[in-house]
Amino acid sequence: MSKCKILTIVCLCNAIVFMQWPNATAAGAADFTQANSTRSDSTRSDSTQANSMQTDSAQIFKRIPVDTAPDKLNMDAVYNRPFLTAGVLPVAIGGYVEANTNYRQTNGISEGTSFQARRFTLFVSSTIASRIKLLTELEFEDGTREINLEFAAVDFEFHPLLNLRGGILMNPIGAFNQNHDGPKWDFIDRPLSATTLLPATLSNVGFGLHGKHYQHNWVLGYEAYLTNGFDDKIISNTLNRTSLPEGKMNPARFEENASGLPMYTAKFAVRHRQIGELGLSVMSGVYNKWKSDGIVLDKKRSVTALALDFNTTMLSGDLYITGEVAKIFIDVPDTYSQTFGSEQLGGFVDIIGTVFKGSIFDWENARLNLGVRLEYVDYNQGTFNETNGNIADDLWSIMPTFAFRPTATTVLRLNYRYQHQRDLLGNPPAKTGAIQFGISTYF
Amino acid sequence: MNTTFTIPHVTSNVIAMFCAAILLIGCDAILPSAPNDADVLDGPVDALSSAQHAQFLRGDVAFNDDVFTAATGLGPIFVATSCGSCHAGDGKGHPFTTLTRFGQGDENGNAYLDRGGPQLQNRALPGYTPEQIPGGAPFTKLTPPANTGLGFMELVSDADIIAMSDENDADGDGVSGVPNWRPLVSYLSAHQNSIPTNEQYIHRFGKKAAAYNLLHQTVNAYNQDIGITSIFEPKDVYSGVNIEPEVSASVIHDVVFYLQTLKVPVERNPNDEAVKNGKRLFIQIGCDNCHKQTLKTAYSPVAALRNKEFHPYTDLLLHDMGKGLDDGYTEGSAKTYEWRTPALWGLGLSQNSQGGEYFLLHDGRAKSITSAIVMHGGEAAMSTQKFQALTEAEKRDILKFLEQL
Repeated sequence: MSKCKILTIVCLCNAIVFMQWPNATAAGAADFTQANSTRSDSTRSDSTQANSMQTDSAQIFKRIPVDTAPDKLNMDAVYNRPFLTAGVLPVAIGGYVEANTNYRQTNGISEGTSFQARRFTLFVSSTIASRIKLLTELEFEDGTREINLEFAAVDFEFHPLLNLRGGILMNPIGAFNQNHDGPKWDFIDRPLSATTLLPATLSNVGFGLHGKHYQHNWVLGYEAYLTNGFDDKIISNTLNRTSLPEGKMNPARFEENASGLPMYTAKFAVRHRQIGELGLSVMSGVYNKWKSDGIVLDKKRSVTALALDFNTTMLSGDLYITGEVAKIFIDVPDTYSQTFGSEQLGGFVDIIGTVFKGSIFDWENARLNLGVRLEYVDYNQGTFNETNGNIADDLWSIMPTFAFRPTATTVLRLNYRYQHQRDLLGNPPAKTGAIQFGISTYF
Repeated sequence: MNTTFTIPHVTSNVIAMFCAAILLIGCDAILPSAPNDADVLDGPVDALSSAQHAQFLRGDVAFNDDVFTAATGLGPIFVATSCGSCHAGDGKGHPFTTLTRFGQGDENGNAYLDRGGPQLQNRALPGYTPEQIPGGAPFTKLTPPANTGLGFMELVSDADIIAMSDENDADGDGVSGVPNWRPLVSYLSAHQNSIPTNEQYIHRFGKKAAAYNLLHQTVNAYNQDIGITSIFEPKDVYSGVNIEPEVSASVIHDVVFYLQTLKVPVERNPNDEAVKNGKRLFIQIGCDNCHKQTLKTAYSPVAALRNKEFHPYTDLLLHDMGKGLDDGYTEGSAKTYEWRTPALWGLGLSQNSQGGEYFLLHDGRAKSITSAIVMHGGEAAMSTQKFQALTEAEKRDILKFLEQL
């Protein structure tokens, strides 16, 4: 079957979904927009409508919508999600699901069409006492291939500027790591720089402080945590490149720190209510097993990641731009292979425009968005010792998207990716095209 | 259900155009197509059976995707972390993956085997120290060759190789050519068509023709390049003691089969007039005295390889290449100034695996085909002089011929 036919079938299925979508399911819509819901106050009415259209099961639960006030920072994303709560119980639950089709072809070779159950995520939050709260996030990836407890932390608020957080927390490096819920994004794939350079979702056990300060149109926020860190797999992995994501694969990191030395992560963010948010973050620690049984095996080798993130909304919420750039420094032994780079750089920019908002099939506040993601990752910045020539191992990608949001918390997405990826030597790139259709929704 | 769907006309046009663009993108014309088969070196020979294709794919994965780590036996001293690291796209290697061998200054064997010879493992896992070349030891640098068509060269009969040799230059053309005679290592069996002399066998792979066959080459590469032991070569390069196999025999056999069944490069523009003239001049100035155009395979259990003519432009023999290319290091019965004629097929695609540049001759010292030609000495000196005496247009035709191989 040609790819055109397959795509036509996908589009027909899409149309059938549109035609048969039960009206009642629209009840799942709590007010929400991409990246902390800072796009427009006009969508606030979604939650009101949604609450008035609850299904029978919703008679048991009360929907807690997302706070869309334009003073939220990325650091708030973990709690600023739609939840369901029952009666006066101090516990709320929530979550999201996402699935998609995937057709990918590299240099003319394709493994065909696959259907992917990317994630099913459950949140449970609890107000333990006044100014003491807990949130957990349990994620099932690719069915049950990966089950991760991505967040399970308790917050103690002593003062808005002084909160203690402890448990399994998401390191605040860049913006995406803390603000990664599928329904927030108009793209099926997560940004490459956030997942293959920075290792979203990165969770670690630790403790730290966070707080916010409001001053007129400005919001300032900070986070600072000490956690367990990475391990030697950063430079000893089957990807054959320096990889922070590989360095977080050790499941034992939730009970033992490979290096025995805390990794610190700190972020400072500032938002102007009319302009947008800018965040600067750093994460650094020793990653190698430098000592065992009291015997020093190697020098302490550090990994440091710096990230700059931003987001802004324009045209009354109809144009949204977000992105982040990350630079990583890794202490790789001089005598090791240059296949494993000591510096990496990458980033992405998403530009999303709403081309229609209004009633579509009775979803009163539906949106049709067009957008594009631009990505670049250099996994190995440097030059060969032997030739002084550039080490490549890089890629760029452009990904247009068409997204239909019947409600703010649900999205149907059609994506195309075009990508060039070069090997270490900079040989002719592998050219990849990918077509995906997917759904993602909070519940 | 009220199916109101009131999108403004302009907006609907924008959406329609966008969807049309996506649909167009979804068609073959926009999804990246495969490069022309003649423009790439990887891929299997035609007419493999399903079972053979499956083994080829297993070997392909082991060769190109299996990356060794400390946990899977890498090193602890090594040159590369995988087979594919040194042979991108099954093509020639880059100075980054160039390896160094040391310790043998004549045909009487390597005097530095107890000090890390014959190969320098110049990289090491954290906490370990890479090898250093012992002071005074002769050494050479060797750029990884292309893998393409190796299975065909493996099947050239000893009789054919001997027929091409002319140790005493009986025909008086200034070109001799001798095989590299060596005893077989213990895990190898002699080929059915072998013609041993004094228990010495013709070896044919490697820059000095020091490897007997692709099993020998593969086992050596796992051991000396990656530091991986096998049942064939259980000696750990770091400790010097025998340890458990770190790669299974079946994986090695799959890799060998992969190398045996890689397709041969094909000429990409043989009917071009300049190319035809270049080929004529190539023969006229004597390049084909060593770079033999056509060889043939003997029997193989793989039908796709059996009794085939092929065009590698090599005679698989050692030739004196002169003082300029004499690094003072050798292997087997080769002299330090002797090098096995490299196959020229795929030469024009070298840049696609060498990062966009040429790194030619045994150690990559030649940055262009012309440079490689003029660096030929010894038995090739006469041909080099004839090449330099050609007009610029004639030289260009020879280069066009070589670049389309």
